[in-house]
Amino acid sequence: MKNQFKISSYCHVKQNKISLNGTVLFSAEAEESKFLKQAYKALDVNYSKFFKMDKLSQLAFLAADVLLQHENISEENQENIALVMGNKASSLDTDRKHQDSIQDKASYYPSPAVFVYTLPNIMLGEISIKYKLYSENSFFVFENFKTNYFYNYTNSLIDDKKADKILCGWVNVDDEDYEAFLYLVTPNGNLQHTEQQINTLYNELWKL
Amino acid sequence: MEALKQELKESLVEQLNLEDITPAEIADDDMLFGDGLGLDSIDALELIVMLDKTYGIKLTDPKQGRAIFESINTMSAYIAEHRTK
Amino acid sequence: MSKVYLSYSNIISSLGFNSASVAKEVMLGNSGLKQIKDTSVMPEPFMSSLVDDDALTAAFNNKTEKKYTKLEKMFITSLQDTLGRSNIALTDRVGLIISTTKGNIDALDAENDFPKERAYLDVLAKNVAHYFDFKTEPIVLSNACVSGVLSVAVAKRYIKSNMFDHVFIVAGDLVSEFILSGFNSFQALSSEICKPYDKNRIGINIGEVAVSALVTKNEDDLSDEAVEILGEASCNDANHISGPSRTGEGLYRSIESALAQSNLTSEDIDYISAHGTATMYNDEMEAIALNRLGLEKTPMNSLKGYFGHTLGASGLLETIIGMYALNQNVLIKTLGFAEMGVTQPINVIENTVEKPLSTFLKTASGFGGCNTAVIFKKVK
Repeated sequence: MKNQFKISSYCHVKQNKISLNGTVLFSAEAEESKFLKQAYKALDVNYSKFFKMDKLSQLAFLAADVLLQHENISEENQENIALVMGNKASSLDTDRKHQDSIQDKASYYPSPAVFVYTLPNIMLGEISIKYKLYSENSFFVFENFKTNYFYNYTNSLIDDKKADKILCGWVNVDDEDYEAFLYLVTPNGNLQHTEQQINTLYNELWKL
Repeated sequence: MEALKQELKESLVEQLNLEDITPAEIADDDMLFGDGLGLDSIDALELIVMLDKTYGIKLTDPKQGRAIFESINTMSAYIAEHRTK
Repeated sequence: MSKVYLSYSNIISSLGFNSASVAKEVMLGNSGLKQIKDTSVMPEPFMSSLVDDDALTAAFNNKTEKKYTKLEKMFITSLQDTLGRSNIALTDRVGLIISTTKGNIDALDAENDFPKERAYLDVLAKNVAHYFDFKTEPIVLSNACVSGVLSVAVAKRYIKSNMFDHVFIVAGDLVSEFILSGFNSFQALSSEICKPYDKNRIGINIGEVAVSALVTKNEDDLSDEAVEILGEASCNDANHISGPSRTGEGLYRSIESALAQSNLTSEDIDYISAHGTATMYNDEMEAIALNRLGLEKTPMNSLKGYFGHTLGASGLLETIIGMYALNQNVLIKTLGFAEMGVTQPINVIENTVEKPLSTFLKTASGFGGCNTAVIFKKVK
């Protein structure tokens, strides 16, 4: 490979646990929407727009926030960090909500605040706004996490010098099920950026 | 009118997901947008849906909303005059 | 560094079922938009361009027993044409990208005949991929209204990373109650034919198309209208999830980055195929971004007056029309535009005229603050 990029940090969220680089930062006994709010408070995120987000954006935002805080990424630096994310259920969790609001013609009140979250890339927008990332955004949908597609796309962004760092990963919400796995690809880090390494890190999600 | 104002503050907090403030913290003449409560363009659209759903008032021109949604005072006055439910 | 091209294509739309004939209709100034009265999708009459069900059924050559949704039929019919003319064997070096914002979202409706599982985008993608027996896992790209043009960039990047030699891209979205009710709650719909950049513009029309194209590194056997993909970028506004940036920041940076990658400056761009949804804020934002780049004198158009806003397909649809415009050296007028309605000067094409063209810039912007710019150059 031409580029020698590394993985410097990774984050997992599943089973009411948030972990950073393999260490659990927060865990709770709660259903998911409450878990995300509890985590928000426990991790001292302090960003009131969080409460306006749907579950998918909240999940992606929290995972990204934990990771980027740890990396000392600050909005003042306006870093060129590309966002490359994907999932299985797109925004279906919120799509169902919007559909419910229009199903009954006698009570037909679609909500703009719900509708705006019926796009999976909105989570990328939320992260970009908080961290002032004027950078590449791509959102993919696959049946499950496809390492080779993420790996090759990331490398092409690096080779074309489209980004200095790339925040990649999988953020899925489907009714009661949810999981997030994010990893930061940078010029410096302790882990190799290889398909095998990404797979190893992804699989840790299921051991949380 | 006081009951309507209280009702509006409660629905604002609940429907616009303003989890970090309570209805009691909103003054009748607080600016809802801009420097006041900091509501944004999606909130404004959401308030238009609320007017329709709860009070039977249909705003066809979003620009009308600007004056109506200035504060709890202006909102309650407009609703009291135009409500159909 | 090997070059990457956009070659054979197809358009399934209210103006016809192949790219050449649809491009011809557009150059003649014909719009596919008309008033639709269908209370099952919208309480009031609305302006749209729809793919005719009977024509689609007639064109769809179902070689299987499986039942397909309307969007799947549109995708398959479009790809069938593009694949047939490309004449490329589907090996493990051939990728498939499906661009859509909402896919089979109508399957969530209780009245819909298809199971709700059909609304998963990977299920939709598999149905299309399996029909043609693609050997690789399909990629779904869902990046709001930049999805269509972003698919060109993503395809090029996968080819450059040596994952594929060829990528077929197909993009489309349906006009559904789901979409219309949402845009209506945003007070964004115009009951009249939309008027991009016009003083009296009042909003968008939503239309439906499916489009497909071949992205390839093989410079032999390109189509007559093929273009080289010179540079591309996709930058976020980092400002608001639904409102366009007041400074056009993301679009400005996208174009700047695409120009740099192309080794071009603003003066080298012969024309711009812009987004031009005909909302107040979008059109103004574009005018600001173009001025910041010194592109205010470059002839530009919006094609939304011909098809409406076709969501996840729009960027690729307008890119394909742009290829034909280059090939035939025609600047296509912005249908619906009469009087300048943005505060910064821009050169909106008012009459369809012939002019030698070799390079064009395609841009799009969408919810989530996303923007994409891609620059193309004529091959032949």
